[in-house]
Amino acid sequence: MGGFPILSLMLLVPLVGAVACLFAEAKTARWIALIATLVDFALGIVLWLNFDIGGAQWQFVEKVPLFAGFSYALGIDGIALLLIVLSVFLMPICIGASWNSITKRVGEYFAAFLLMEVLMIGVFAAQDLYLFYIFFEAGLIPMYLIIGIWGGDNRIYASYKFFLYTLLGSVLMLIAMMWMVHEAGTTDIPTLMAYDFPVQAQTWLFLAFFASFAVKMPMWPVHTWLPDAHVQAPTAGSVILAGVLLKMGGYGFIRFSLPMFPEASAQFAWLIYALSMAAVVITSLIALVQHDMKKLIAYSSVAHMGVVTIGLFAFNTQGLEGSMIVMLSHGLVAGALFLCVGVIYDRLHTREISRYGGIAINMPKYAMFFLLFTMASIGLPGTSGFVGEFLSLAGVYQISTWVALVCTTGIILGAAYMLYLYRRVAFGEQKNADAAAMPDIDLREWTMLGALAAAVLWMGVYPESFLAPMRKDIAALDARLARAAPQGDAHLKIGKPKPVEEHAAQGGAH
Amino acid sequence: MSSILIIVFLPLLASAIAGLGNRALGNTVAKSVTTAGLFISCGLSWPIFISFLTGAAEPTVVPVLQWVHSGNMTFDWALRVDTLTAIMLVVITSVSALVHLYSWGYMSDDPDQPRFFSYLSLFTFAMLMLVTADNLVQMFFGWEGVGLASYLLIGFWFKKPSAGAAAIKAFVVNRVGDLGFMLGIFGTFLVFQTTSIPEILAAAPALKGASTIGFLGMRFDTLTILCLLLFIGAMGKSAQLGLHTWLPDAMEGPTPVSALIHAATMVTAGVFMVCRLSPMFQAAPDALTVVTFIGAATCFFAATVGTTQWDIKRVIAYSTCSQLGYMFFAAGVGAYGAAMFHLFTHAFFKALLFLGAGSVIHAMHHEQDMRYYGNLRKHIPITFWAMMAGTLAITGVGILGVFGFAGFYSKDSILEAAFASGTEMGRTAFWLGAFAALLTSFYSWRLMFLTFWGKPRWSQSEHIQHAVHDEHGHADHGHDHAHDDHHSHGEHDDGTAGYHPHESPWVMLTPLIILSVGAVFAGFVFSPYFIDSEHFWQGAIYYNEHLIHSMHGVPLWVKLTATAVMLIGFVVAWFAYIKDTSIPRKFVDQFRNLHAFLYNKWYFDELYNLIFVKPAFWLGRQLWLKGDVGLIDRFGPNGAAWVVEKGAVVARKVQSGYLYSYALVMLLGLVAAISWMMVQ
Repeated sequence: MGGFPILSLMLLVPLVGAVACLFAEAKTARWIALIATLVDFALGIVLWLNFDIGGAQWQFVEKVPLFAGFSYALGIDGIALLLIVLSVFLMPICIGASWNSITKRVGEYFAAFLLMEVLMIGVFAAQDLYLFYIFFEAGLIPMYLIIGIWGGDNRIYASYKFFLYTLLGSVLMLIAMMWMVHEAGTTDIPTLMAYDFPVQAQTWLFLAFFASFAVKMPMWPVHTWLPDAHVQAPTAGSVILAGVLLKMGGYGFIRFSLPMFPEASAQFAWLIYALSMAAVVITSLIALVQHDMKKLIAYSSVAHMGVVTIGLFAFNTQGLEGSMIVMLSHGLVAGALFLCVGVIYDRLHTREISRYGGIAINMPKYAMFFLLFTMASIGLPGTSGFVGEFLSLAGVYQISTWVALVCTTGIILGAAYMLYLYRRVAFGEQKNADAAAMPDIDLREWTMLGALAAAVLWMGVYPESFLAPMRKDIAALDARLARAAPQGDAHLKIGKPKPVEEHAAQGGAH
Repeated sequence: MSSILIIVFLPLLASAIAGLGNRALGNTVAKSVTTAGLFISCGLSWPIFISFLTGAAEPTVVPVLQWVHSGNMTFDWALRVDTLTAIMLVVITSVSALVHLYSWGYMSDDPDQPRFFSYLSLFTFAMLMLVTADNLVQMFFGWEGVGLASYLLIGFWFKKPSAGAAAIKAFVVNRVGDLGFMLGIFGTFLVFQTTSIPEILAAAPALKGASTIGFLGMRFDTLTILCLLLFIGAMGKSAQLGLHTWLPDAMEGPTPVSALIHAATMVTAGVFMVCRLSPMFQAAPDALTVVTFIGAATCFFAATVGTTQWDIKRVIAYSTCSQLGYMFFAAGVGAYGAAMFHLFTHAFFKALLFLGAGSVIHAMHHEQDMRYYGNLRKHIPITFWAMMAGTLAITGVGILGVFGFAGFYSKDSILEAAFASGTEMGRTAFWLGAFAALLTSFYSWRLMFLTFWGKPRWSQSEHIQHAVHDEHGHADHGHDHAHDDHHSHGEHDDGTAGYHPHESPWVMLTPLIILSVGAVFAGFVFSPYFIDSEHFWQGAIYYNEHLIHSMHGVPLWVKLTATAVMLIGFVVAWFAYIKDTSIPRKFVDQFRNLHAFLYNKWYFDELYNLIFVKPAFWLGRQLWLKGDVGLIDRFGPNGAAWVVEKGAVVARKVQSGYLYSYALVMLLGLVAAISWMMVQ
């Protein structure tokens, strides 16, 4: 690609589209948004094809110094590449999902979406600490707007909650960043990733970043904004929230917390494990009793993010790669599930599960897609859900069998709540006449769901396409973490087991 | 050996065509494509099996595609063919092909046939992936794939609430087992640094009793804990005691499904897994003891429950559960060949029994309750003789040294192996197995006598009444009038209600006849290979020559035990259901509690509902309403809101009311703060 600033172009296209949308009438705005996102998607593919796997760690680097050490610096490694590709893949689908369902202030709506695309790509491409911060925090503004203006009945409460949660974390993270820049004398992220901060300071820095990332993730117990935000957001808002915005927390851990504060990461691994285990078990149980489809899927997202965090803090290749694949997979699968909810919401205008039933009879194609994504969410092998979940759990097993056991119960609970949902929506008699009269998916919906289905199966059957670009970066991260990695509890010891009393429960012996 | 690619992937292709084409392509295309695909797969499988019988073939692995490479954890898509796989190939493709054919007749009135045949072929593909796996993860893929197909087929008639519930139950209970399987894979990887089955099996014997591994804060013998974790997976899939509750409910699916998935193939996956990993299990004697115990206990438990059920499919389902128990305790005492042999013969005679039951149900207009059967042998003679062959096979009829039906060889060798193993647990298994064989004979003949002998009792059946109404032109689908008309057909004193059962069409009878041949001869023909030939196995399972030797040396009374208990069971059933039909009633009155205990399946479902299902929902509600809403939100965001509201009374004038404007202000403020810092 030579020195062609493709990343800047990817930021520019949706930005121009956003401005154009603001001044366009409804019909034109839809087409502008679709074309802009499709062009960005095409650029994303170009980016992926030109990414040199096994080449330099940072590629497509652009740097323009601005003032006081602050610079406009972009560049990606394999991890960022994959998340950018995920974002630009989901955006046209979001535009498609909003095609008919948004009728008020259409131009502004699409402008908000395009702006969000700019900021999301910016988050993953930024190589300057402050630039990252601006993208990271500003990315929430379009989301506030989308929920607050085009959301459901209780949208103000939801956007308020969303805002309040992220506020505290952001402030702490900013202060930590300022301290880091002061200490290391640079805002350059690649340099900071190799900088060894004093172990004492790492503790505080880690906690400050943790406050922000844990909310974004979201980790239990700071997750309660997510169900409300999802329930109130329009379909496309939920897709992008689950698909990309939740990944910013995970990206933050993998880009900042782990490489910059390895010792503190090891020190607080127990906290991460505890919260993740709580997330998997508690939110899965909560998902089981939901009446609202979107709330159910939102709670399941929290549980899946728990699997991401344990994988990240497993301090080995399987855990890290598994977490990345779970993030990508969840982006596709949760996005697809929200889209599925959107499809029937558009027809019946309710998210109440009991208002549906038996729709596999009148919507067989829809039922097939919904089933596929349900299975992917459950982590059926052959779908994307399995690969990530399996690697993450395999990774954490090497560190702690307890954590692995507790988090693996997620496969039971996940199956229970997702199949229970599927049964209530798709199976049974057609007890509601209006639900029974819904037409099956049209070409627009078929295209969106079909694209997601293809991606889900691709990632499940041949995940090498996604593992290869990040392999070197994960290996580098793993090497950096090696000095802090804790010893696992399951390691093999050669030698005869002690007789008899070894089998008696000796919890204290270890 | 590249024909294996066609064998495995042709069903997938057929399934995709039938499933995606669905109603656009129509019933005939979907049925033809899937059935033809299976018959081709089956036709290609038998030559492979025969080449292993003659010793001409070598174990091979056909690579397909790279799957996951993560650090030192790598596993790829590949198809492994050895003796063990070859056996499973013929079992799966033969039964599946016959079931496809049978379903042409059985499902002919169903409006959703393409979907049904698509699922059947999808199942076959997943099962083939399971048995050809060269690494544990691909085995898990097949394992979950058959679980998905099973879920879809149990819930095939998804309008019925009971079918939807049974489908979920099957999947979730299996997932409990999968939890163990997954942890087992993780642990195995941790110890051996690979998931490749041949590499694990090569390294396992060296670790026997020589190492420990941490699990949940304690340290255990490595192979024992790994084998036990993997065995939990096997227990789920093969419906062993504790995780068996889904199998009887799975009978909600169409009967061909019960024959293929819940009798002949999928439920035997657990046995297959233990045999596949036999060198590893053999190095973990404590784990084998557990396997023996669970197998023997299941075998006994399921047989006791089977004696009391009225639903013809449930009787056969519990029978399956019980027979799987035999296979497990055979594996547990180290007789893997005998376990696989019973798996092989059982596939034929149990598929036969299910398909025969399907033919009976078809003839009796969807009535499944044996209380409303009777005297059918004259009306559906071919089905009767097929069921007879199946019954003779499962009860193990035969004369030592002359000839026997399939079960005679396989079940007897299991009991002999258990006795010959010389361990305490082996002896226990022998006695439990012998008693279960008595019960097997009893409930099998009970089924036969109730269905085919005696007087017709059809007039009490609502299904039959419906059928009779339809025939007489009183069809009135809008109203449920069955209850009012209980005695309106008094003119038929013979108990037939004027109904005439019809023999099934040839498309259904042909599979029955072919399977009957298997049920009669499979034991006699293949016994020398499975039990006595180390050369046949070529190292595909752990071959315990010492045990085989002592099996042949067991006392004569041990060899005759199985035949003796079979005869006792037959005689008791004959007395109770032919000679004096008032005996069962008297027995139930005499032992009311025992009967209730057995009839209610030892109350497992009630117990699980009480300690797992209800608490999970209760806990979910508490955590949601008291935890998330009552605690976190109340003191978190809502509490903050309260504080802000109290404090902001003064500033109310400047409030615009839109929170996102706060967000904007806050961000701008932060950006300003950064800029200020920069400039400093």
